[in-house]
Amino acid sequence: MIVAFLQAASSVTATSHPLSGGAAELLWLLPLLPLVGFVINGILSLNSARLGPNDPTTPEHHTYSGRADEAAALSHAEHSGAVGDDHHATNRHRWAGVVSIVGPGVLLLSFGLALAMFSAMRGVTMESPFIQSYFQWMATGDLSIDAALQLDQLSMVMVLVVTGVGSLIHVFSVGYMREDPGYPRYFAYLNLFVFFMLVLVLGANYPVLFVGWEGVGLCSYLLIGFWFSEKVNADAGKKAFIVNRIGDFGFLVAMFLLFANLGVLDFSGVNAGALKLPVGGVLITAICLFMFLGCAGKSAQIPLYIWLPDAMAGPTPVSALIHAATMVTAGVYLIARSAVLFSLSPVASLTVALVGAVTALFAATIGLKQWDIKKVLAYSTISQLGYMFIGVGVGAYVSGIFHLVTHSFFKALLFLGAGSVIHVMHAAYHRTHSDEDAQDMRNMGGLRSFMPVTSVLMWIATLAIAGIPPFAGFFSKDEILATAFERAHGSTLATASWLGVPGSTLLYVIYGIGLLSALLTAIYMTRMMLYTFHGPNRTGADEAKHLHEAPSIMTAPLFVLAVLSVIGGWLNLPEVITDLVPLGPRDLIGHWLEPVVGASTARVSAGEIHASARVEELLIVAAVFVAAAGIVFAWARLKPARLVPKRDWVPEEGFERVVAEKYFVDEALDRAIVTPTYAISRNVLWKLIDNGLIDGVMVNGSAAVARGFGWMGSRLQTGNTGIYAWVLVIGVVAMLGAFTLR
Amino acid sequence: MLAESLALTAALFTIGVIGVLVHRNAIIIFMCVELMLTAVNLTFVAFSRFYGAPGQVFVIFVMTVSAAEAAVGLAIIIAIFRHRQTINLKDINLLRG
Repeated sequence: MIVAFLQAASSVTATSHPLSGGAAELLWLLPLLPLVGFVINGILSLNSARLGPNDPTTPEHHTYSGRADEAAALSHAEHSGAVGDDHHATNRHRWAGVVSIVGPGVLLLSFGLALAMFSAMRGVTMESPFIQSYFQWMATGDLSIDAALQLDQLSMVMVLVVTGVGSLIHVFSVGYMREDPGYPRYFAYLNLFVFFMLVLVLGANYPVLFVGWEGVGLCSYLLIGFWFSEKVNADAGKKAFIVNRIGDFGFLVAMFLLFANLGVLDFSGVNAGALKLPVGGVLITAICLFMFLGCAGKSAQIPLYIWLPDAMAGPTPVSALIHAATMVTAGVYLIARSAVLFSLSPVASLTVALVGAVTALFAATIGLKQWDIKKVLAYSTISQLGYMFIGVGVGAYVSGIFHLVTHSFFKALLFLGAGSVIHVMHAAYHRTHSDEDAQDMRNMGGLRSFMPVTSVLMWIATLAIAGIPPFAGFFSKDEILATAFERAHGSTLATASWLGVPGSTLLYVIYGIGLLSALLTAIYMTRMMLYTFHGPNRTGADEAKHLHEAPSIMTAPLFVLAVLSVIGGWLNLPEVITDLVPLGPRDLIGHWLEPVVGASTARVSAGEIHASARVEELLIVAAVFVAAAGIVFAWARLKPARLVPKRDWVPEEGFERVVAEKYFVDEALDRAIVTPTYAISRNVLWKLIDNGLIDGVMVNGSAAVARGFGWMGSRLQTGNTGIYAWVLVIGVVAMLGAFTLR
Repeated sequence: MLAESLALTAALFTIGVIGVLVHRNAIIIFMCVELMLTAVNLTFVAFSRFYGAPGQVFVIFVMTVSAAEAAVGLAIIIAIFRHRQTINLKDINLLRG
């Protein structure tokens, strides 16, 4: 019935658009498919819901055998050969077989639908987005907001990334999570996440986008705390949720300002209205900066980056999907979506670029000294997100989105590869009943000989992220840095002044920081690969017998991502490269996104003196040299043979320790904000205000006053009739006296 | 003549009031109440002598009500005495707050 209603609603609204009548008419189905998956998996997870392997409420807490037989009987096809030699009794959910089909299935269907829409879009030229309005959502006074989805070139790119990379990660999750007792719950959350992510990228106005924005935050919270029976995981989820609320406050204020000054909140209306505002004025700058606060929260930029490393407490495919490939890039998407606003405010744009650059460098330095393989990748993600913000900050919206796409390929590959490693390490330690840390690189080493496929695929991703041509990361990162450099010559950003600093100077600094971060990126990624896959094995003699390659359901998505990491750069070949080597058509994404961000890019780069081909070549050479130097330096300098396992580790000293401890930012924030907040809450709000004022004065105080009056009243009631008579007579006499003497 | 009549009734009424106030015995208080009623009746009669008949109608009413009141009041006093073996109001103070 809902489907029929949606169909009826959509057929009424979308008329006379190049896309109407085609596959794009099924736009509503795109987010609906994962939602259906969420409902099915959610219902299945309610059936025999359990907390996890350590759930104390489980009756067969230590005797899994009965349930394992049952699960094996129900999903025998899934069981055979998947985890090979694992003869341990498992705790597999009884509906695991159904979930394995539904969970990734809805995503693959969505991806197929997205491809159909993509091919429909390629055939037509469209200058305005294809909008489907379903019903009026909010109408109060001047405010009227429709529940509407829109499809344009930018949304299409994001939809393809979300459903495409999402599908691969869903398939990987089947291998990674199948033995988990919360398996249906996991896929329910994952499907729900994709639903909200699609709402985010398809929303036709800021409030609908905000619904998706909050929804992905919710799913992120749920999945970070997926294994919530351990408090540290639940705390990490709460941290992510709370830090994101700070950013959302900024986003909300930006929306309020937009509505207060423009009266509309849909993208086309805002884009049209913003052009009437004074360029570079206080209002537009305030809107952009508040919006960027939201982006900094969602996309983990300074100062709100602190939640992302902790978010690694969730299952590794979640880190790949939500905390690397899709959700954390929502901030970049939001800025590209609001390109018109940001292009009107050079100060805000420079702020975005500067924060991105500082974050890129800061996170990269921390990544140099991390031992947890997922923490390295987390800080790497923060750093790469910083690059994306440099891109959208300097008005290279295409480059920012391009890096978003390539990053989703190679970072998902890195995370899934790390997931395979952790999976195998964990299984080995599980087999030998060891409680060593399966994520610590000091316990790994030499895994190349046990996991050759994973090793090779992760090396491809490492070369891609480091920026070695012709891998994907090289093109996107180079484009961002080159644009930052070129913008320093005569663009609106260069002529603007940022807190008294000339824009051109700032852009050179940003370029320099970007280049330095590229060097550090190459170093920390090579370090991670060296310590994980090369040198001697430090896992332990007994454990090493159990190390093996990950099952094929986990390596297959890695293959696809590796291919994408290699050829992703072809999506947007720069002119200077195609002139040198005829690799193929240039600027594919650039041309594709032209109707969405072309005018804004032109506005930012107005007056720019285009660098000569020689300069561009020099920039490319510099970028490649830096990346190669980083890899060579790390390869020559780091000696995996000298590493000792974690239990024998001597902590670092001096500045190395400061970096390894992440500059003590968490500790500083704890002292500066968390502890005072606790103290104020406990001593002032709780003991003084709540216990003293509200409970003491107001509740108990009013009771005491009433009791006092009651006591006085009861004293009058002596029960002695004589007194009553006296009072009566005195009253009557007084009344009579009052009347007669008046 | 009216002034003397009213002075007499006022004196009777005051005696009744003082009796109610100073005595502890329920029967005596009761009798004092009756005295007050009688004083009022006398006032009505005196007024009707000078101003016309309606005052006498009220006397009939008051006598009827006071008869009913005497019946109920005495019944209550007997019930209290049966229960507590006293009709001294000083000892009957169940309603003390």
